[in-house]
Amino acid sequence: MVRLLFSFFLTVVVTPVQLIAAPRIPADAVRIEKDPLGLRVSQTRRFETADELKLLQAGAGVLQDLGFTIDGSETKLGLIAASKTRDATDNAQRIGAIVLGAIAGVDMSVDKIQNITASFVTRPSLKGNILVRVMFQRIVYDDRNEVSRAEALDDPELYTQFFSKLQKAVFFRAHEL
Amino acid sequence: MVRQTLMILSCGMLIPFSACAPKNTGVFDTEQSQLTLRQIQSRTFDSTNKNRTMRTVIQTMQDLGFAVDKADEELGSISGIKLDGYAIRMTVTVFPKGKEQMLVRANAQYHITPVVDPEPYQKFFAALEKSMFLAAEEVD
Repeated sequence: MVRLLFSFFLTVVVTPVQLIAAPRIPADAVRIEKDPLGLRVSQTRRFETADELKLLQAGAGVLQDLGFTIDGSETKLGLIAASKTRDATDNAQRIGAIVLGAIAGVDMSVDKIQNITASFVTRPSLKGNILVRVMFQRIVYDDRNEVSRAEALDDPELYTQFFSKLQKAVFFRAHEL
Repeated sequence: MVRQTLMILSCGMLIPFSACAPKNTGVFDTEQSQLTLRQIQSRTFDSTNKNRTMRTVIQTMQDLGFAVDKADEELGSISGIKLDGYAIRMTVTVFPKGKEQMLVRANAQYHITPVVDPEPYQKFFAALEKSMFLAAEEVD
């Protein structure tokens, strides 16, 4: 009888309340990053030019070089948004899933594709130069087409490579190569 | 007998929850009054330069971890997404208010839920206020 009443309580009271209760935004979601300077520095470079349009054009060219397609832009605000979809297969993860399946009979999902986005923003300063900040993010989908990861790409090496290419592209544009 | 009664009672009470959702469910978020929501999501800033205010909004969003993916200067809108194990999408609009102020309004959604708590907006506007001050002082 007690068990019946308990299951009645669970079904009729708890479940609807769980369905209705809205998930709360994480406390740190709207907060300046823990290491704002570190991240900001790796994502930002200063260019000694006053020609914002040429810098945006160079940025679009580098994004194309890296396989991104441009999704949108607003030159008056110095923005280019781009994205690409790529294979996210990880052989180590795949082998792990096969081994786990063979040993424990667990059907583990593995990463399949990833959607990578780039946000390229220019900001002129009154000193006559321009700051460029680029941010990369990605959403990884598994072989069940479910999101397995949604993250910002914060490896400084990634940004070093990007800005190295951008510096070259700016040089090429300046010399019309 | 008791068991059967409880079963019937449970099923009867669950019927409203299991009914098919009407087509327009979730199309409009109207849980809060329009005025309350606008008050939570809006601030005015002393500025006469819309472009500069919008660029400062973009910079603030970036500092908060949002990658800006859409902007329209004429409309005054900026949208971005933050991915950090979760997804938050935010749109900020900037409109001139009178001759010396800009009205900045933000609205966000966390996964599939609209953000209606005042706290995240207070934090956003606090960060924007700092950036507006630094931009006025021309600090990078």
